[in-house]
Amino acid sequence: MLAFAVFIGLMLGLKYFLTPDSWREYGPYRGKALTEIADKVPKYVDMETCAMCHDSIAELKNQGLHKLIQCELCHGPGYLHVEDDENNKMKIPEGSGVCIECHAKNAARPDKIIKQVDVAEHSEGEECINCHNPHEPWL
Amino acid sequence: MNKFETLYEALANLDGFIYPNEIALNWDLLIVMYPYITGLVAGAFILASLNRVFDIKALRPTYEISLLTALAFMLVATMPLISHLGQPFRFYEMLITPHLTSAMAIFGFVYLWYLMVVLLLEIWFDYRYDMVIWSKEKKGFMRFVYRALTLWVLDTSHESRKTDEKIGYFITVVGIPSAFLLHGYVGFIFGSIKANPWWSTVMMPVIFLFSAMVSGIALVMFIYMGVNYLRRQKTDIFCLDTIAKYLFYILIIDFTLESLDQIHRIYEADESFDILKLLVRGKLFFTFFIMQIGLGTIIPLSVLGFLQFKKPRERIRKILYAIVSVCVLVGIFYMRWNVVIGGQLFSKSFYGFTSYKVDLIGGIDVWLSVLWFVIPFFILAFLLWLLPPWKKAEDLPQEKSL
Amino acid sequence: MAIEKKNFSRRDFIKQTSMFAGGVVFVSLINPMKVVYATKKPEGKGKWYGIAIDIEKCIGCANCARTCKIENDVHKEPFFFRNWVEQYTITNDEEILVSSPNGGIDGFEQPVPEEDIYKTFFVPKMCNHCTKSPCTQVCPVGASFESPEGIALVDQTYCIGCGYCVQACPYGCRYIDPDKGVVDKCTLCYHRLKDGLDPACMMACPTHARIYGDLNDKESEVSLFIKEHNCAVLKQQLNTVPKLYYNALSQEVH
Repeated sequence: MLAFAVFIGLMLGLKYFLTPDSWREYGPYRGKALTEIADKVPKYVDMETCAMCHDSIAELKNQGLHKLIQCELCHGPGYLHVEDDENNKMKIPEGSGVCIECHAKNAARPDKIIKQVDVAEHSEGEECINCHNPHEPWL
Repeated sequence: MNKFETLYEALANLDGFIYPNEIALNWDLLIVMYPYITGLVAGAFILASLNRVFDIKALRPTYEISLLTALAFMLVATMPLISHLGQPFRFYEMLITPHLTSAMAIFGFVYLWYLMVVLLLEIWFDYRYDMVIWSKEKKGFMRFVYRALTLWVLDTSHESRKTDEKIGYFITVVGIPSAFLLHGYVGFIFGSIKANPWWSTVMMPVIFLFSAMVSGIALVMFIYMGVNYLRRQKTDIFCLDTIAKYLFYILIIDFTLESLDQIHRIYEADESFDILKLLVRGKLFFTFFIMQIGLGTIIPLSVLGFLQFKKPRERIRKILYAIVSVCVLVGIFYMRWNVVIGGQLFSKSFYGFTSYKVDLIGGIDVWLSVLWFVIPFFILAFLLWLLPPWKKAEDLPQEKSL
Repeated sequence: MAIEKKNFSRRDFIKQTSMFAGGVVFVSLINPMKVVYATKKPEGKGKWYGIAIDIEKCIGCANCARTCKIENDVHKEPFFFRNWVEQYTITNDEEILVSSPNGGIDGFEQPVPEEDIYKTFFVPKMCNHCTKSPCTQVCPVGASFESPEGIALVDQTYCIGCGYCVQACPYGCRYIDPDKGVVDKCTLCYHRLKDGLDPACMMACPTHARIYGDLNDKESEVSLFIKEHNCAVLKQQLNTVPKLYYNALSQEVH
């Protein structure tokens, strides 16, 4: 019996000391975890942030069919570039890979939503940007 | 890259479609060992209580052996689970901040209850008198060890032995539901996952329980024969026959329950049936039909059933019993395998399968599993050396109870 | 006599435990059939996030999956996804073919010639942030929980990596981070929400097929979308009450 009392006492003591401090703040979990998860730095900034400096090209893009597309979708996340634009250049995509992600022909892609081409047939080895300007797409 | 090699191999061998996160099989061989070992504990204990509570005297020679077997396996029962964790050193959190809606959270407490309250106490009361005697016989350090083990309760009077007996009886009575709880609970951990149709059945705890009893009884039978063989003592064939009889009965119940579960599944044939049919006929064919049902159930059942009617010579019977117990142990291992691994082989999208290959050379899970299965035998050897059942004092003469 | 004392105190102990056990039974008797979900929708007017995905608008570009991996430092290997796209192809022979090469990031190919296709479409998948989430229900230590905003999160400094929640998620949305040994999953970019930014996948969608917002606010974009479209959730029969609604969801999708 004494052994049990000691054991239960020990458990209670351990429970007291080892329970994390923000336990049960909102529920049976560490309340501080919420702020810890929220503290992570976002990597993708926002179109508005890009447009603060690159206003003319953003305006051009936003007039065309690509207006819903974020700059960072092709150019990569911009959190470092915003801090220090000299040392952290944005990515300039090469080749046609980025275009094909959306515009390659696939029966599952709804025709009404997106223009598609059979890449090999349509471009005959040319790169998309030789004819199309992604910031000012035309049909 | 090496780390993901097996995953890339699995990716190359996918059948149909599987959610991308499901390619990695999270519960590996260690989780197969966990219900297996817990099952051996529960089963061995039930065998002991058959002798104690249900007063089946033929089983008397195995009483201490089955208790010590249960203890030896119980001591490592949590180890496969803990060594499988991604963060093994955080396991204490399960006891400190148990999340009460989780079926897994209470396991620590069920385990402690069973270990401390049932097994240790029962063994203590059973051996207390003998330990006092031994402490008087031995010299030096061993004398101190036995003294410490008796917790300095050195009473050897007839009354005290009777009290020990009574309390031991009471603990066994408490212990039976506890053993049921322990293993039924392990089944519930699987049975309560509604996302997985292979696991999610009400029968799961009951099936786990009976397969646990089968495996535990087979293990004790095997160990009893093994110990006698090593000590060059004559095995009590009447005792073996009785164990075999109970093994036969419980194996029948176990098989019936499992068949019932499968028949129910087949007849109901709900949305998950097609994929499960492919699973059982394909990826699980060897482990399910050949190992679990063939080797683990049909062969033992027919041999034991035959022995119920016809008794060949003692020597042959012993050999048969040894073979049967090994068959049952292997079969139950594959039953756990089919549940744990099988449940993760098919996609919850019901459109395909991943694969799992046991990496015999480099797989850390294999080494750990083997380790956790071998260690209990060493613990058991130590316990048998420390508390030899064959040197125990004679039982109290049976008195007519009122 | 020592043994007598032991006997007595044991009886005490048994009395106490049986009282405790009796109490538990009694409480469960007067409170029958209370479901043991881990979380409950908080009362009051806080935010309660929901998501809607318009399958008719999805072009399968997998930019959602790509940006998610970058934004959340998810492993590049094709076994770990918080977010992925599946391509369903139903042939004229009524065969259902599903594929998701590297979660869609590597681009899709149709497995059969176009004239054999009866119907084909993309389904983007992510955490459903279920109201009665089975994953948070089974976490043994409370490292997985539903935030007051209705987002299922993992406390990675507390997770023990048992993998039970991975088994419990019917949608395959969780994985074990091979380096940290803990579970990882979609947070609906909780860190971005707190900064007033859209989650990475929502931001990246070029056709605005993904919408998220406050379900408590009946005028929010997501609430209006769900009201105006015939939306369905995945695996409704499991009663996980997902907050991820699909417009034009085919019944073949699991």
